[in-house]
Formats: sequence, C-alpha cells, structure tokens
Amino acid sequence: MRATVLVRPKPGILDPQGEAVETALEHLGFTVSGARVGKVIDLEVDAADAAAAKAQVEQMCERLLANPLIESYEIEVAD
Amino acid sequence: MAVPQPRIGVVSYPGSNDDHDALWALAALDAEAIPVWHDQRELPALDAVVLPGGFSYGDYLRCGAIARFSPATAAVREFAEAGGLVLGICNGFQILCEAGLLPGALLQNESLRFICRDVRLTVERDDLPFTARCAPGQELTIPVKHGDGRWFAPPQLLAQLEAGRQIVLRYAEPCNGSTADVAGVCNERGNVMGLMPHPEHAVDPLLGSADGALILASLVDAARDRAVALA
Repeated sequence: MRATVLVRPKPGILDPQGEAVETALEHLGFTVSGARVGKVIDLEVDAADAAAAKAQVEQMCERLLANPLIESYEIEVAD
Repeated sequence: MAVPQPRIGVVSYPGSNDDHDALWALAALDAEAIPVWHDQRELPALDAVVLPGGFSYGDYLRCGAIARFSPATAAVREFAEAGGLVLGICNGFQILCEAGLLPGALLQNESLRFICRDVRLTVERDDLPFTARCAPGQELTIPVKHGDGRWFAPPQLLAQLEAGRQIVLRYAEPCNGSTADVAGVCNERGNVMGLMPHPEHAVDPLLGSADGALILASLVDAARDRAVALA
C-alpha cells in the first residue's frame, strides 16, 4: 500500500530555507509570501488495508520521520 | 597509590569525523581514550562517554535522527540513565537531543550558511562535571563548525530550562540564531551535556585557544573521581 508523508516545519519555527526560496521567487517577479520548505516521504507499506497502513505510518512518524518539537506531519494512504 | 586513569569512550558512528580529535584530546588530558564502534550494544567498562562531531549516517532525515537508533546509542542511554557522564559535541549534541536525553532540537542555521570560526562563549554554570574547571561567568573561545546548530526550544520549555539551570553555555554574541543564544545544555540531573562548539579542537594553544581543555579536563576530572570511587 502506497503512503505519502508530508513533514512540515511547525508554525512559528523560523524556516530560513523557506525565506530563501521566497526571496528567489520574488527575484523572478512573483509576489509570494509565507513560503515554507518541508519534506515528502513516499513509502510502500505492507498492510491489510488503508487504516492499518495509516496506523503503521503514524507510528513511523512518531518514532522517526518527524520530530514533534519542530515538525508536524500529514499522512496520505492510497489504495 | 597511583591515581587511576579514567576510561572515557568515544563512539564512532558511520560518518563521525571528529572521533579521532576527541580521542586525541582526551588522551592529551590524561584519560584513557577508548574507541567504541556504533554497533556495540554493550559498552566496555567506562567512566564517561563522548559522542563526537560529524555527520552520523549522512545526517539523513534530520541530524542525529538515525544515530539515535544505533546499538551504541541504546547502550549510551542506559549508561546515562544509570548516572553515567555523557558529553555530546556538535553531531553528538544533535544525537542526544533526538534521543530525548537532552531538551530541544537543532535546526538549520538562521543564515543558511555553514559557520566555521572561533566563537566566544559565556559559562552559565560552573558546578557541573563538564565545567568545574571554569570560573563563574568565564568567557571561553572555542570554534564552531556547523550548518545545523540553531538550538531551538519553545518559550515554555526555555523558561523551564532557565529555571532549572539547564543552560550551561551561551554564545557571547549571536551565532546561528539559537533560542536565547544557547550553545550548550544539560539534562535535569546534570550528568548529560551537549554543546555545538568543539572543545576537542581547542586543547592546544598552537591552534589559537586552549579553552576547550577546560571543558574536557573537567570531564576527565569527574571521570577520574568516579574511577577512584569505584576502585
């Protein structure tokens, strides 16, 4: 089962990478604000159904994929 | 009776690159410096452990995030929980934070630049096994070299750490955007400390400063006291 994890810097955490990207976009003539840079992690999970896969990925996020002090995460499971 | 030489382990992870500097510095300060390999689930008999700088496991995902689960880190956790002295330098500090043995997290420098230079530090606590050779409020010059050294704690955690006197070192002037200019912290019990600057690179005055020796010699002293107590 295919799962995708989105990891983001938590609101309020300074994200210098996001700021650099925003500045670069402004140099290209785009008017943007609030750029934040996170991570995408794609996984194949061995699970009976989507709920079981999501539960496993949740565990992975809590234990390794995200640091709860500085990052939030979202999980998407595709059948 | 001869004073025993304390045994201090230095853990080498794949990607550690300051392990040999730490071994050299500890030996120069009269400790028996003992290499520990990352896949060792049991530590040899040690009086203290140092987690050195570098890029453990490529620093993939987050700095220290993967080293946290290595067999040697599990052994270091048990050692720390039993009251053993543990010092994490740079990547070692990141590993201790990821492992939950120290509070906070280390993020990319505010400037996005890798910072490699001598910095001035203020000693906030001189009553720890890692700082006993320092004078109260002493200023130290020790180099940093990191891309991800911005220590972060949310306001509530910072207030708790300040109240518990867990902030050990601060940058004398802003360095990487760290919360409250924190450069080094300890755990509540005071037996585990981490810092971003590299004391092992400032042991010989030939390299510009020997202030790092104050930190490492404090650790050697404390480790020796433990070795004597056990002898």
